Amino acid sequence: MLIGRLQVPASVRKGEAFEVRVLVQHPMETGFRRDMNGGAIPINILDKVSCRYAGREVFSAELGSGMSANPYLSFFLRADASGEIEVTWSDDRGEKGRATATVTVA
Amino acid sequence: MRRRRFIGAGAAVAAAAALGARAQGGLAPSQDLTPFIAKITGGKPVERGGIEIEIPAVAENGNSVPTRIRVASPMSPEDHVDAVHVFAPRNPRPHVATFHLGPQAARAEISTRIRLAGTQKVTVLAALSGGRFRLGDFEVLVTSAACLDESSL
Repeated sequence: MLIGRLQVPASVRKGEAFEVRVLVQHPMETGFRRDMNGGAIPINILDKVSCRYAGREVFSAELGSGMSANPYLSFFLRADASGEIEVTWSDDRGEKGRATATVTVA
Repeated sequence: MRRRRFIGAGAAVAAAAALGARAQGGLAPSQDLTPFIAKITGGKPVERGGIEIEIPAVAENGNSVPTRIRVASPMSPEDHVDAVHVFAPRNPRPHVATFHLGPQAARAEISTRIRLAGTQKVTVLAALSGGRFRLGDFEVLVTSAACLDESSL
């Protein structure tokens, strides 16, 4: 289970843009670094992030080793209807995580 | 006496700075992004402009460089940004990330934090609806590059 946080405004006006911010705890190990004994540290990258709004995928990302450790993403969605925002992520070892938040459209 | 010492310290700092600059010069050279871009566009024409890349001009720490990308687009069902590809040509793996948007994304704007292995031109390729492409870049000066130890590999 990969831990992460999701932040959305609690309430938005219909038709307006709102910001979704995601922060996932992950080392984003590049595979280029070496440990104290000179052995290579194996690569471990959080490579997929996907966001669903009211059951429909509205944003997704493929990340590489050029992303900073503990990847942070922010993007904008249009407020159509009240519903659940679900963000899921997974790394190259099949570890997964998810976070949900409810947005109320006034 | 103290002034002597101060001048000496200043000279040492300058020498260290020069050494740092040389160490950065020893990093991998910029890779040609043409094949990466061609793979995405499939040889379609690429326009310049319409992309705003907001990165501090001088990034102190290459391990985490705050980056904001804005593509000028109405984001309507007919005319929107489908994907945003980010490249750092001097990184060992130049393809940093791809973001898939759509008309449901209210703005073609993404903020994130990326790694930069040295001073380089961060390049963004935006795939627009209707098979159009736009390219933009931004030169960033990186004082302390990400993963310096890999330069010796």
